[in-house]
Amino acid sequence: MDVTGVPSKDRPGQERAAGALWQAAPCPVVVADAGGRVLELNEAAARLFPRAEPGASLGAMMPGWLAEAHRTAAASGAEGEPVWGRVGERSFDALPTRTPDGDTAWWLVEDTDRRQAEIALSRERGRTALLADESYAMLSALTVDRCLEVTARLAAEHLADAVVILPAASRQRLPAVFALRGGTVHRRTVPDDSAEVPGLTEALQGFPPTSSRWIDPGGLPSWAVPEEFDGPVGAVVVTPLPGHGIPEGALILLRRGDESGFSRNDEVFARLFAARAGAALSAARAYAERTEVMTILTREMLPPQLHRVHRVDIAGGYRASVRSELIGGDFYDVHPGEDEGAESLVILGDVCGKGLEAAVTTFKIRNMLRALLPVAGDHYRLLSLLNAALLTTESTRFATLVLASAVRDGDRVRLRLTSAGHPPPLIVRSGGVVEEAPTRGSLIGAMTDVHATTVRVDLGPGETCVLYTDGITEARGGPLGDVMFGEERLKDALSECGGMPAEAVVERVQMLAAEWAGNRDHDDMAVVAISGPHTGSPTAAVRRANDEEIRR
Amino acid sequence: MTASKSDPVRTQALSARLWDAVREGDEYAAADVVLSAVDAGLDAESALLDVIAPAQAKAGTEWAANRISVTQEHTATAINDRVIAALAHHGPDETRRPRRGRVTVACVEGEWHALPARLLAETLRLRGRWVDFLGAHVPVPNLIDHLHRTRPDTLALSSSIPIRLPAAHAAIIASQAAGVPVMAGGAAFGPGGRYADRLGADAWAPDARTAAVRLEEILARPYVPPPAHEPLNDLPHLADQEYTLVTRTTHRLATAVLAALPERLPAMAGYNDRQRRHTAEDLVYVTEFLGAALYLDDAGLFTRFITWTAGILAARGVPAHSLAPALDLLAEQLTDFPRAVALLRDGHTALQAVSAAGW
Repeated sequence: MDVTGVPSKDRPGQERAAGALWQAAPCPVVVADAGGRVLELNEAAARLFPRAEPGASLGAMMPGWLAEAHRTAAASGAEGEPVWGRVGERSFDALPTRTPDGDTAWWLVEDTDRRQAEIALSRERGRTALLADESYAMLSALTVDRCLEVTARLAAEHLADAVVILPAASRQRLPAVFALRGGTVHRRTVPDDSAEVPGLTEALQGFPPTSSRWIDPGGLPSWAVPEEFDGPVGAVVVTPLPGHGIPEGALILLRRGDESGFSRNDEVFARLFAARAGAALSAARAYAERTEVMTILTREMLPPQLHRVHRVDIAGGYRASVRSELIGGDFYDVHPGEDEGAESLVILGDVCGKGLEAAVTTFKIRNMLRALLPVAGDHYRLLSLLNAALLTTESTRFATLVLASAVRDGDRVRLRLTSAGHPPPLIVRSGGVVEEAPTRGSLIGAMTDVHATTVRVDLGPGETCVLYTDGITEARGGPLGDVMFGEERLKDALSECGGMPAEAVVERVQMLAAEWAGNRDHDDMAVVAISGPHTGSPTAAVRRANDEEIRR
Repeated sequence: MTASKSDPVRTQALSARLWDAVREGDEYAAADVVLSAVDAGLDAESALLDVIAPAQAKAGTEWAANRISVTQEHTATAINDRVIAALAHHGPDETRRPRRGRVTVACVEGEWHALPARLLAETLRLRGRWVDFLGAHVPVPNLIDHLHRTRPDTLALSSSIPIRLPAAHAAIIASQAAGVPVMAGGAAFGPGGRYADRLGADAWAPDARTAAVRLEEILARPYVPPPAHEPLNDLPHLADQEYTLVTRTTHRLATAVLAALPERLPAMAGYNDRQRRHTAEDLVYVTEFLGAALYLDDAGLFTRFITWTAGILAARGVPAHSLAPALDLLAEQLTDFPRAVALLRDGHTALQAVSAAGW
C-alpha cells in the first residue's frame, strides 16, 4: 500500500507521478492538505462521495469520522492513525499516507462484507452458546417447575424483552410463567382463553407456528403481557413447545414497540430453542412422574425411625448401597408389645439380591411378619409359617433373619434371640466383653423344612445386643485396600462400645464400616442395637418430653 | 419467638453442667439441665447454641487432649443429640405454624459429624423455616435426588474435615445446576470460609446465627445459577493430575510407606497389631489430606492438619517428629509430583516448628 516511496521521476508525463497511482487505485483515495481542503480524489472516491470535488472542505463532503481523523493528523503533524467508519450502509478502514508534498492521502479500504460476516458469526456463536447453556440448564432441571423457570429466564435474557410460557391445555391448569429481561420469573394463573392470542390455540395443540407478521401486537389481551412490561408491545412471536409426542405448551416472545421486530432468522432460532425446551419439559415430566411413584412406593419400604419402646432403647441405622436406590434388600422393623410387660419384636433381615425386585420381596416379608405377630411368642413357629408363605409365592428369593423379642424386667432387658441363617447377634457387656449369641437356624424361603434354635439373653444397664447384616462385615477396603471388614474387626470395635447408648453404637458401627469401605461402594448395611437403659429416673421434664415425643 | 437476650454467664454455667452430665453418659441429667433451663425462661435458640453447642465442642477438645476416649465422645454426641430431640418436642407444638423458605440441611458425603448440622437445622426451624435435615454422610447422588424431589430454596452443606471438600465441590456444582443455591458451613471450609469461596458456594457462615442471616439474604433475592461448569473450571491446577493420581493410589502409597517405615522409625518394631493398624490408618489420613491440599492447591490446609495431628499424637505420648519419616517417605514415592513434594516439604517445616515448641 505504501506508494510514497515510488520515485516520481519513474512516471514521466505526469505532474504528480503518485497521483496517477491514486487515480488507478481500485479503492477510493482522497488527498487533502493540512488545512482540510480536498486536493484530489480518484474515480472510486468520486463514486463514493458524488458531491465531493477538489477545493471543497473535507468536513463538508466527507463523513465526520474521517474529517475528525484528518484534523487530528494535521494537528499532530504526523501521518495519522488508521480509522474505521461507515459511509452510508458500507464501512471502510481509512489508512492515511503522507504525500511528498506533505499532504495526506486517505486510502479507503472497504470491509463491509467482512464486518457483516463477523457480525453474523458472532451472532451465531452467541446462539450456539445459548443452545449449549440451554441444554446444560435443561438437562440439570429434572422438575417441570424448574424447567419452565429456566426456559423463561433464558428466553427473556436472549430472545426477547419479555416471555410468557403457557403450559399445554391438556395438563391440569398450571399457572403461566412470566419473565422480563433482567427481572425475576414469576407465575400467575391466566384466563383459559387462548383464542385471544392469534396462533396460541394452534401452538398449544402442537400445530406449526404462526408467523409473527400475522400477529397484531396491539390486539394482545392484557393477561398475555407481564404486569411490569413498560411501553407498548412492538412484536410478538408465538411458538409451540413440542414435547415427546404431545405438546408441552407455548412460548410467547414479546419485544417493545420501539425496537426492531423479529427477523425470519429470529423466528427460526426461537423455534429451535423452543424445541429443546419442549423436549426437556417432557423428560422432566416423565422423571417427576416416576419419582413420585418411587416416593410413594419407598415411603412404605423405608426402615422406621426408632428410639425407645417400653423402656427398652432400640436404635437402627440403614445405609443402602450407593448404586441402588434408597431401598434395598436389608430391612428392620420393631413391633412394640401391647404394654410394658409384653415383649416387643425386633426383626432384622436380608433378602438375597439387590434393587427394586429385592425391595419388593422385602416389602412382602415385612407385611407377612406383621400378620404373623400373634405367634411371635414362638420364634420357630413364626419362621415356619413365614417360610411356608414365602415358598408359595412366585419369587425365588430367600432371606436371612434375626428375631429378637425384648421386654424390660426391672433394670434388665430380657431377650429371646433367633437367627435364621443370619450372622448371630453380638452382645456387648458393660465391661467391653463381646459375646456371640449362640443361636443358629436355616434361611427362609429356600427349603420346606426350617430349623432354628432360640436363645435367651439378659442385658444389664448399658449393655447392648447388636443385630447386623453382612453388608457390614463384608465391606471391602481398609487402609491398605481390598480387605474385608470382617467379624473380628466388628467385635473389636464393639468392645469399645460398652456403656454407650444404642444410637451411638449404631452410628459407630455404621461409621467404621463406611469409612472402611471408603470410596468403594458397599452392599446395603443395616444395624440395630437393643440396649438396657442406664438406671436413674428421668426427671419430670424429661418424662414429659418423652411422652410428647411418643404422642407425635 | 422472643429474642430474649441470653446471659452469657448463665449459659456458660449451664453448658458446664450439661458437659458434666454428658461426660458421665447420664442422659436424664443432661436433658434435665437443658429442659428445666428452658422452662425457667431460657430462649430455645440460646439453649441450642449457647448451652448444647459449647458442650459438644468440649467433647471434641477433650477427645483431642486425650482426656476422654473416642467411645465417650460418641456417647456424648448421642446424648447431646437426644437432648436436642427432647428440646425440639418441648414447648408449644409448632408443627402447624406457617413456614417460609425451605432449606435442606445435609452433611457432605463421608462426613459423620452431624451435630453441628443438626443444631443449624433446629435453629432454622425455630426461626420459622421449613427444614429437611438429612443427617450425616449423604452421598452426592442421594442429595441431588432429594433436591430434585423437594426443590428447596437453599442447601446448607456441612463439613468438618477438609478431605471431604472434593465431594462438597461436586455437591455444590450439582446443587447449583439444579437451581438450588448452596450455603457452606463447618471447619472443613477453612479459616474465614476461604474454601467455600474457592468451591463456588453462594454463601458461607461460621455459625448457626450467621447462617440464619445469610439464608435471609439468599431468600431475599432471585437465584441465578452460575453458568455450566465443572471442577476444573473452578480449580484449573487440577489439570496437572496430581490430585487425581495421589487420590487414586492412596492405598498403594500407604502400603509402600508402611513397608519402608520400620527402617526409619525403629520404635515400630515393637508395635502390636492395633498400633500397626492405627499407623496404617494415620498414613491413609495423611495421604487423604495431601489429596485435599492438592485439590485446593493450598499449603495451609496441609500444614494445619500436620500441626493438628502432631498435637493429637503428643497428647497420646507419641512425639510429633515421628510423623517426619512418613512425610519423607511419601515425598520419595511422589518425586514426579512437584506440587505434592512442595506440600510435603511445607508439612515437614510445620512439624519442625511444633517439635521446636516442645511437642
